[in-house]
Amino acid sequence: MMPGQKQPTNMEEFLEGIWKQNPTFVMVLGMCPTLAVTVSSMNAISMGLATTFVLVASALLVSLVRNVVPAQVRIAAYILIIATFVTVVDYAIQAISLAVYDALGAFIQLIVVNCIILGRAEAHAAKNPPIRAVINAAGMGIGFTIGLFALGSVREILGAGKLFGIALFGADFQPWVVMVLPPGGFFVLASWLLLFNWLDSRKAANAQPAEGRVHA
Amino acid sequence: MHDSLSQIFIATILSNNFVLAMFLGLCPFLGVSGKLNTALPMGAATTFVIMVASLCAFGLNWLVTELNMEYLRLISYIVIIASAVQLVEMFLKKTSPVLFRALGIYLPLITTNCAVLGVALFQTAREYSFLQAMTFAFGGGLGFTLALMLMAGLRERLRLATVPNVVQGTALSLMLAGLLSLAFMGFAGLGAGE
Repeated sequence: MMPGQKQPTNMEEFLEGIWKQNPTFVMVLGMCPTLAVTVSSMNAISMGLATTFVLVASALLVSLVRNVVPAQVRIAAYILIIATFVTVVDYAIQAISLAVYDALGAFIQLIVVNCIILGRAEAHAAKNPPIRAVINAAGMGIGFTIGLFALGSVREILGAGKLFGIALFGADFQPWVVMVLPPGGFFVLASWLLLFNWLDSRKAANAQPAEGRVHA
Repeated sequence: MHDSLSQIFIATILSNNFVLAMFLGLCPFLGVSGKLNTALPMGAATTFVIMVASLCAFGLNWLVTELNMEYLRLISYIVIIASAVQLVEMFLKKTSPVLFRALGIYLPLITTNCAVLGVALFQTAREYSFLQAMTFAFGGGLGFTLALMLMAGLRERLRLATVPNVVQGTALSLMLAGLLSLAFMGFAGLGAGE
């Protein structure tokens, strides 16, 4: 944060992850789980929730120990904290729903190497008191879940003609199978980014003439 | 799983390419694939780390199973990987400082490369034997390097092309990756048959 800037309110802190710094669409972090598990909306949401839990729990712990851990070993300490919570989530999902566990497979354990979590620990939780860290992490987690859902729903609708497993179209619907295959993941994410880029450029184009008039 | 070694090898490089079919290691794939001459060393370094990690993971898996402490598996894997990356980093810093600087932040980030942990986890889940695991790791590393170099070559060309502003950046890289992935789907079935 810049020195002159005023401290963001808790609400801004929370919304930062959902909109302004959305991990999926703005920062393009955590791509591996984003693309790999979003073949259906259900998978996407389970993955999002699991990641959110790890994010919040590790942010809390990292924030609590931030003055105790020496700077040289901080990354190692963060990774151990994250790995511990991922193990908890791994066993929890296995206990709650075996179907979800099988669908997500190794990607639950791969939450450890999701850059969003380590990035948040390093960039935010290690510098802020626990409450702020948790609020920010929760926002990031929800933003990530929304991103995953945006991908998962599009891929499921186009690739299988379903949403949450419920058929949306009649029997005549010809599923666009490539959308649930690996290339579809890249294409759908690219399209979402294109849409946001386009909206941004339109906003910029609209703002420019207005400013010009003021100066003239 | 009783796949033959050659099947595993071909499959991990082509039909089940780590990056393009299994979405492992996308961060360096999108981040370091700007130039061909950094793509190759990055691929080589990652391959080395994957091999070391796979070797250690095999031993560790035996150990934690023997001690009935499976819940420590993930944690011990990540520690081993972090140490392996540290080793590569020190080695590169001594032998090739230029390369060390070119790879920059992406070198320590190999720790959080999903491909490395992915290999360790998949070989455990599929109960590969020692030789199968090493073949899987080597093939995976080569496949990663191949994808990285293909992407770097394409992006070097694209820098000279005129592209609309809206498409520039990550969206363009993802489109490219999608097309590459589509092309690699053509390998499906290779190595799966007899």
